Amino acid sequence: MVLGRAFEDMCAQMYYRGKMFGFVHLYNGQEAVSTGFIKLLKKEDSAVSTYRDHVHALSKGVPAREVMSELFGKTTGCCRGQGGSMHMFSKEHNLLGGFAFIGEGIPVATGAAFSSKYRREVLGEADCDHVTLAFFGDGTCNNGQFYECLNLAALWKLPIIFVVENNLWAIGMSHMRATSDPQIWKKGPAFGMPGVHVDGMDVLKVREVAKEAIERARRGEGPTLVECETYRFRGHSLADPDELRDPAEKAHYAARDPITALKKYMIENNLAKEAELKTIEKKIDEVVEDAVEFADESPQPPRSQLLDNVFADPKGFGIGPDGRYRCEDPKFTEGTAHV
Amino acid sequence: MAATFQGLGAATALSLSGSFDSKRLHLLSRRSLSGRKTNFLVVRSDGRIVSSSMPARRSQQFIANAVATKADQAAASTASKSGHELLLFEALREGLEEEMDRDPTVCVMGEDVGHYGGSYKVTKDLANKYGDLRVLDTPIAENSFTGMGIGAAMTGLRPVVEGMNMGFLLLAFNQISNNCGMLHYTSGGQFKIPIVIRGPGGVGRQLGAEHSQRLESYFQSIPGIQMVACSTPYNAKGLMKAAIRSENPVILFEHVLLYNLKERIPDEEYVLNLEEAEMVRPGEHVTILTYSRMRYHVMQAAKTLVNKGYDPEVIDIRSLKPFDLHTIGNSVKKTHRVLIVEECMRTGGIGASLTAAITENFHDYLDAPIVCLSSQDVPTPYAGTLENWTVVQPAQIVTAVEQLCQ
Repeated sequence: MVLGRAFEDMCAQMYYRGKMFGFVHLYNGQEAVSTGFIKLLKKEDSAVSTYRDHVHALSKGVPAREVMSELFGKTTGCCRGQGGSMHMFSKEHNLLGGFAFIGEGIPVATGAAFSSKYRREVLGEADCDHVTLAFFGDGTCNNGQFYECLNLAALWKLPIIFVVENNLWAIGMSHMRATSDPQIWKKGPAFGMPGVHVDGMDVLKVREVAKEAIERARRGEGPTLVECETYRFRGHSLADPDELRDPAEKAHYAARDPITALKKYMIENNLAKEAELKTIEKKIDEVVEDAVEFADESPQPPRSQLLDNVFADPKGFGIGPDGRYRCEDPKFTEGTAHV
Repeated sequence: MAATFQGLGAATALSLSGSFDSKRLHLLSRRSLSGRKTNFLVVRSDGRIVSSSMPARRSQQFIANAVATKADQAAASTASKSGHELLLFEALREGLEEEMDRDPTVCVMGEDVGHYGGSYKVTKDLANKYGDLRVLDTPIAENSFTGMGIGAAMTGLRPVVEGMNMGFLLLAFNQISNNCGMLHYTSGGQFKIPIVIRGPGGVGRQLGAEHSQRLESYFQSIPGIQMVACSTPYNAKGLMKAAIRSENPVILFEHVLLYNLKERIPDEEYVLNLEEAEMVRPGEHVTILTYSRMRYHVMQAAKTLVNKGYDPEVIDIRSLKPFDLHTIGNSVKKTHRVLIVEECMRTGGIGASLTAAITENFHDYLDAPIVCLSSQDVPTPYAGTLENWTVVQPAQIVTAVEQLCQ
């Protein structure tokens, strides 16, 4: 969680210094959800996120260096600079994105869960119990794709957990103003799956709920809908002036900061001492500094990267007038061919 | 005279490959409707000719359907007995089944593909053979099950997603554009999406505006996808197999009216090239580029044109994205006149893109401006007469060629 917080704060700094551009959505305040859930996953389990995906990537195991380079648009980023803030992908760590449109990732997560079930039942890999986590916000819960996927997942008992990060605001639209029945967890039982509500500012409570949901999915009992009540301390993105939210509400949630809460809990229960926690924080700061340095020093993508990876099989660029596949043209690999 | 060419099988057809004598060719020209012939050799773009069948004694008429209503004259069946005869939808199923046998990660998902066997019977009995999970009946949620197919493709499966009608895939546009096409690039090459999205489209017989859409014009701009259109049982099976084996996301466009075309296809396994165009009828005077159902209107017009003394070269472009500029270019360099006949609308269709591509690459070789015959920019009306006027008819093709060759 500390890594997430420190990383996001550094992102804000870097953005205002002109190192990264575009839309950057920070996760401050919601760290408990990411940590609570993702830390229970194995490496083979998949996670799907939205544009607010930096911390999901970090929790899933993507190195901070790679995430920071990706944000700077350098070729050493996890997506070679081609994805950016909103599109973090990692095949190694099974992070399936990073999607800009809300709700777009939920069917993809359903597909990953379907793969898992397919492996077990059709391909005969009896011990395949990979689960998929789909993270999305309260705004998404009014979108068709969400409901369609709840139906698909419950129908086929797919090993997926739908995690709603309800931070009460979709840019400037309050959840109460947008939703006829604001209690999202209630929508689970309507489709035949358990719906759970949990305090998303308390990482231990989240972890407890997550544990149960993930085990359910691993046993093949089907999906769960978990609504985490949480809050984002910053605006929707770094371009959001954040004027609509009531300062009293912000103060209320700031008092429930998940990191401070966990620190307090650990110290009170003698699980750690102040000094140890301070050391951890210092180490994290070093990691983040190192990530920034690495990203700064990394090269920008060369021209030859422009046409790379549009197709998995570059023959898809077709046969040119000279009868050869376009991808065989030497200019193609320099990125200067016109296709 | 036609009788002497009846017995053409693969072997004899080979011996004709060198000649482009137009007199012999007009007898060899492909029948426009209900192909019933051996055609091993259609594949290559180097101009090897197809073997023939009986030329029809059909007078010029308004083509209201391109469906073979019955197997053709017994006289024509003296052609070689190798291979087996089947209908286009059966060819698609055969291709799909062979690929599913070959690779256990190939699965099918769509509405009514399982127990119902597919609304056009392309997946008939496959659910009985492979099970309900591998031939998955989905609820009516195109966006989500297409997205599910994409997620499955990212995690190692090779799904074939069926749109019951191509028009329904408009609901899945978000997933097809953003995820199917773009994810390989956006993830820096980490995830490949070997998905096949297929379904029937095009103007049918009085199906109404919404069931008569030509989605190829809407999808063509999406970077990262390939589009192919099949038109005969032979190329349907070959393209289906190629699409499934391809690592790229491929959209396979079938046509509602072509599912009952009958043809004899080889017993041996064959896979066609996704990026190549098909030389249907070599010629000298004009290049006619077409695909899917319009191929049959063109061949019908070709019959008339040949009787009038013209020698059209007909190419079924097959690969809608990317275009096979090699085959097309060679043809343009030979004939110097181009006519494009398509079923898309005039505005922004495949023909529009093809016109631009040819002008850009082969401008010096053209003796006349490219003529593009497309459907009217009109929602397809229900009334049969109106519907016939929205699509290109053979008479218009004949007139266009005559004007072009003046």
